[in-house]
Order: sequence, then structure tokens, then C-alpha cells
Amino acid sequence: MLTIYINGTGCISAQETATGGPLLANLREYDQVKLATVDPDYKQWIDVKQIRRMSRVVKMGVGAANLSLQAAGITMPGAIITGTAYGCLDDTGVFLTKMVNQQEEMLTPTAFIQSTHNTVGGQIALLLGCNGYNNTFVHRGFSFENSLLDATMMLREGSAQHILAGGLDELTQHSYQILSRFGLYKKEPVKTLELLKSPTRGTIAGEGAAFFTLGTTPGENTVAALTGISTLYKPMWEGEVIGHIMKFLEDNACTPNDIDLLVTGRNGDIDQDDIYEEVVEALFPEHPEASFKHLCGEYPTAAGFGMWLANGILADQAVPDAAMFYGKAPRNIKKILLYNHHQGTHHSLILLSHVE
Amino acid sequence: MSEKVWIAGGGVISGIGLNLRECLGAFREMKPGMGAMQYLSSVHRNTFPVAEVKADNTTLADMAGLPENISRTALLSLIAAKEAWQSSGLDDISRYRVGFVSGNTVGGMDKTEDFFAEYLADNRKGRLQQVVHHECGSVTEIVADAMGIRHHVSTISTACSSGANALMYGYRLIRNNIVDVVIAGGTDSLTRFTLNGFNTLMILDQQPCRPFDETRTGLNLGEGAGYVVLVSDSLAAQLQPWCRLSGFANANDAYHQTASSPDGTGNYLAMKGALDMSGLQPQQIGYINLHGTGTGNNDVSEGIAINRIFAPHFPAMSSTKSFTGHTLGASGGIEAVLSAVSVKEGIIYPNARFEHQMKELPFAPATAWSEGNDLRHVMSNSFGFGGNCSSLVFSSF
Repeated sequence: MLTIYINGTGCISAQETATGGPLLANLREYDQVKLATVDPDYKQWIDVKQIRRMSRVVKMGVGAANLSLQAAGITMPGAIITGTAYGCLDDTGVFLTKMVNQQEEMLTPTAFIQSTHNTVGGQIALLLGCNGYNNTFVHRGFSFENSLLDATMMLREGSAQHILAGGLDELTQHSYQILSRFGLYKKEPVKTLELLKSPTRGTIAGEGAAFFTLGTTPGENTVAALTGISTLYKPMWEGEVIGHIMKFLEDNACTPNDIDLLVTGRNGDIDQDDIYEEVVEALFPEHPEASFKHLCGEYPTAAGFGMWLANGILADQAVPDAAMFYGKAPRNIKKILLYNHHQGTHHSLILLSHVE
Repeated sequence: MSEKVWIAGGGVISGIGLNLRECLGAFREMKPGMGAMQYLSSVHRNTFPVAEVKADNTTLADMAGLPENISRTALLSLIAAKEAWQSSGLDDISRYRVGFVSGNTVGGMDKTEDFFAEYLADNRKGRLQQVVHHECGSVTEIVADAMGIRHHVSTISTACSSGANALMYGYRLIRNNIVDVVIAGGTDSLTRFTLNGFNTLMILDQQPCRPFDETRTGLNLGEGAGYVVLVSDSLAAQLQPWCRLSGFANANDAYHQTASSPDGTGNYLAMKGALDMSGLQPQQIGYINLHGTGTGNNDVSEGIAINRIFAPHFPAMSSTKSFTGHTLGASGGIEAVLSAVSVKEGIIYPNARFEHQMKELPFAPATAWSEGNDLRHVMSNSFGFGGNCSSLVFSSF
């Protein structure tokens, strides 16, 4: 089977992930229930006139995509595959609000045009002048994972050499209001480094974009291969998750012993973190474990941040203190298993291997 | 990986019929589905004709076996997906590794837009039940859960090409041995959000649309759902498949967020790529189901790209949107089913209301229904916002 290399990564998040340097060198600590991205200077990639018209999700997508291509030294990918659960929420909200308030009269097209879920993928293609395959997955907690799976399958069949794949979601005033009413978030602000020990229900809201330039040959700066990707939809019970992980490891020719570091999607919601405990106890009782959602917040494509972090850990061969959840990372980190779930219904596994 | 992927069946619900048989009957009898809005509530009710599915939500919910307060997009989706499955002869769904890949453009927006009126007045108000299925993926899951599909569930949203891209992804999932069967296509119901959006773009015709006609002035929106059942070689051997999905390509026009490039670059690349993948010469295509929205811009770009590839041997072609309206995320799925039937039964669909030759093009669409034609290979085009262009090729054995 062909190896799929991660030749470049780009991430825009609530941490200073767009500036390079050692992983999480300047940790941003928050004491709030919703995190917004730390925005880089978008002028480096986008014309000033266009920036003004673009919503945040489009900007963060274009930014993360460009960071990833630059890191890989690729100017033109063969395909662009985007994952976003919510799509362009801000423009959707703007158009809906005007439509309701103005009783369907005197509306303008800009917000509608930018509200479609493929706006980000389309804008990246437009700015790069990329005529290649372009697809957008919009499946909740599997949106990002599907973009990786599609990219992997395409690279293996040889229909592209370099594929830009990523996931992103934005948090808006409306989405935060409405999702809060569903009881997703904590009632009180919580400190970044205390979230994962929180004894209550609910998590913190987040947003962000992570893109990866994937290819079948390694580049100069390549440190990791995307060895496996798998999703599990609505498992009936914990045993099914555990069985799925065992099968996934087996399919990728390894056992729990081969995993040097577990990266989990713990989000500080006691109900939702329960399954991580079950999995750790059953399969990885003594394994060092890192986590990431206290750093970026919870959103359906947050696994993108997790994968960006895992790639960075393989590059540095060290885990930042702020990300360490249990135990101590070994000196030599070869394989990282990222296990994430979104709202208990969407479970995903991403296996990364160190490339010397 | 030389395994082929077959079409084992299909299902459609649209403005011209509640199932595939009814839809085919409407083409045969030249009965397009557009008219005044009966079910969507909008101030534009008397301005823009639409091709609505001729049933209220209570009736659709009854057909689908779902509660009637569920998004109409999910109701349409489940009805067509069930029909597709039943037509495949696959029987008990739990016996297979099944995937459901569905395209849609605005998820449960039909309910969200009702919610929003109350919510905007007071953000503590509005029934949450109406937004719980706002996400595109949530609509797909209602259907997957109702059908008992768990091995793979995903949703694609690339505007008007969503349904076509779902078939490509389904094909890959089978070839990579992730599942054995995929129900692939798309769904969308009419919403005020989309109607008003297209109205701001000034591409809605106030009359029934006239695709590929010199006098065309825009599209009519429609609604519906369409799915094919894709199966692997080994399963196809036990069934009587309609045809196979022999080629496809997805390209980006990279020209403008909503408009097509004047020379139809993306359209050309999609059609060319699909032909290359299926190993066909242009003259082997017997019929093209056009994207053919009826807007000035789309039809000329698509036509110029077709001219570039097919001249001087033009296959029969038509826009079935002249009957179903533009069903957006569903259109790629609906037209995939129609194209697969076209290969199976040699059907060339009529293009309604074509009278005036487009001056830019040397060919004209078919205007009459015919069946029993010898069609070995049929192409289906789906082009959309964001520059997303996709073409599929269906071939007989």
C-alpha cells in the first residue's frame, strides 16, 4: 500500500498556530466558555479589497490552506477537499436575518453567494487558479475525516500527486446562542488548563481551520505519514468502540503496544469524556496521553487541530506541557493514535507514523 | 483495483412524480412539473413558478414513515432512497456493508427559516426542535438511521453538483473495499432561503424555464431527491444491474464564485476527464443529460464546452430540468437515475419548450421522448456555484 505523507500543515485556531516556531510556544490561556481564532495577517494571502468581503470562515480556510501549501513547498495541488460541518454560518445568518426582517424584499446577493458550504473550497481554488478536483464534505463530526479519506483514496488510485485536504468551522453569535440552548457548553467560564478536570457537564465552544498537503512522496520537511483513518457512526456501546479500535490497529498492522502516544478529544464534559476513560482502561492503561480541545475548543472539525498537533509532536519529538494529559511521552515518538468523538455519535481514528 | 462499479437500481421523487415510474410517465406525456407554489410559503408565491413535489408534508411523512415535523428534505430523501433500495433486488439491508452518501445544499433550512422569525424577535424563543436538523449531515442521518445504515454515512455539499459528487465518492468507497453497496445521490426541498437567494442573483425565470433556447432568461427552482444503488462486481453478479458507472470527473472552473467561465473551462475538464476515465471517444456517447439550467450564462458555457469536445458528432441531448426545475443538491442524483435508466431502456428525454436555436451553438436539444434507442454510453452533467463541475458516464455492459 502506498504511503500517504503529510508534506505540509496549516492551522488557524484559538492558539498562535499560524506563526510557526516550537509547538504552542506562546500558550494562550483563556478563562471563558467560547474561544475565537487568533487571526494572522490575512493580507499575506488575500487582496485587501477581497478580505473585507470575506467572512471569517473563508479567511481562516484560505489562510490555513496557504500555510499548508507553503510548508509543503507546493504551489498547485491536484485536488482540494474541504470538510465543514456548519459551512458558512455567518453569511447564512446574515441572509436569513435580512430575509426575515425585510419580509423577503430588497435583498442583496453577497451573503447568499457566500453562504453555500463549498464557498471555502471554491475560494481556495479561485485564488490558486486550481482547476483540479474540488469537493466539500459536510457531515457533522465526520466532515474532516471524510476529506482525509477521499484524499487518501485519490492518492492511492493515482488521480492526483498532491492533495490539499482540511477541515474548518466557525462559531458565530447565532450558533453560539442556539447551541448553548441545547446545553452543549459550560454555564461558567473555565480556565484552559482546568477544563479537562472539570467535574460538570458541557464543554467550551471553539472554531478553527486545519489544512494538510498530502502526497505519495515525502517532501523536505515531511515528518509524518497518515497511516490510517477510520470512522465509527453511532456505536451501540463502549465495547463496539473498543472493538473498532482493535480492528483499526490490526488493519494497520499494529497493536496498542506500538502506539507511543495517544491523543484524545477530551472536552471537559464529564458525560462525553467517559468513553475516553473506558477506551484507555481497556486498551491503553499505561499509555501517555495528550489532549487538545482545552486549547482549541469543541467544534465538529476539531480533529483537524488534533491532527495538526500530532504532526507537530512528531516534528518536535516532544509533547508541550499544556497538551499532556497523562503520563510522560517517550523519548522516541513513532506512532500516534488520535481518537476523537463528537457528541458521542461520531467517533474517529487517525493514525500518524513518524517519518525519519 | 480493476473492479467495476455497477448501478443496481434507482429511485426518484420530483415535481413530476412521486416515484421513478411516475417521473418517466411525465416525460413521455410531456407534462413538466412547474407551476404556482402550493406548499412553500413565500411572498414571491405568484411571481416565480417552481417545480414542487405534489404532496404536503403530512403525505410525504406518511410515505416515508417519519414524523411530519421532520425537514421536508429528509422526507424526500428517505422516499427516494427506499425506492432505490427496493428496485435493486438486494433485499435485507442488514446483510451488507452499506454506505449512504447524500448531497444537499441547505440541510434542514426549511425548518430553520421558520425558527428564525421567532428567534430573531427573542433569542430565547423559537422551538429548538426546528433547528436540531439544520446541519446538512443531520438530514442524511435521519435517512441512514431509518434505513438501518451504519457502515458509512456522509454528506457532500458542492452546490448544484452535490448529488453527482456523491456517486463518485460512493464509487471510491466500493473500490477501496470500505463497503459493498452505496446508496448515492442527493436531496433538497424548496426553501425561502434558496428562492430568495436565487432571486437576488436575478436568474429566476418568471415563466417556465427554456433551457438551451435563445430566448431563455433563467431557471425555475424545483425540489426532490434521487439515488442510485452502487454495487461491487461480486454483488452485481447476483443481480440484474441497470448499467455501470464507467467514468466521472470533477473539475473546478476557478473563474468566479457563481458564474461559469465564458469558454466553460471547468465544464470541458469535467466532461473530458469523465470520457478519459471510461476510455471512450466522444462519438461513443449516445445521449447527454445536460446541466441545462436555463440561465444565459450556464447554457452558453456548457454548450461551448460540448461543442469543443463533441463537434462535429453531437449526441442527442436534453435538459430534464425543463420538467423537474433545478433541484440543486438533488439534481445530480435525480439526473444520475434518469441517465442510468436511459442506458438501460434507450430513453432520450425531451427538452420542453425549446423553440429558438441558440446562436452560439451548432446543435439543438431533443424535443421529443423516444425509447428503445441503442444507447451504450450516457453522460450526465452537473455544474455549480463555487466553480464545481462534475460529469458522470454510465455504460451498458
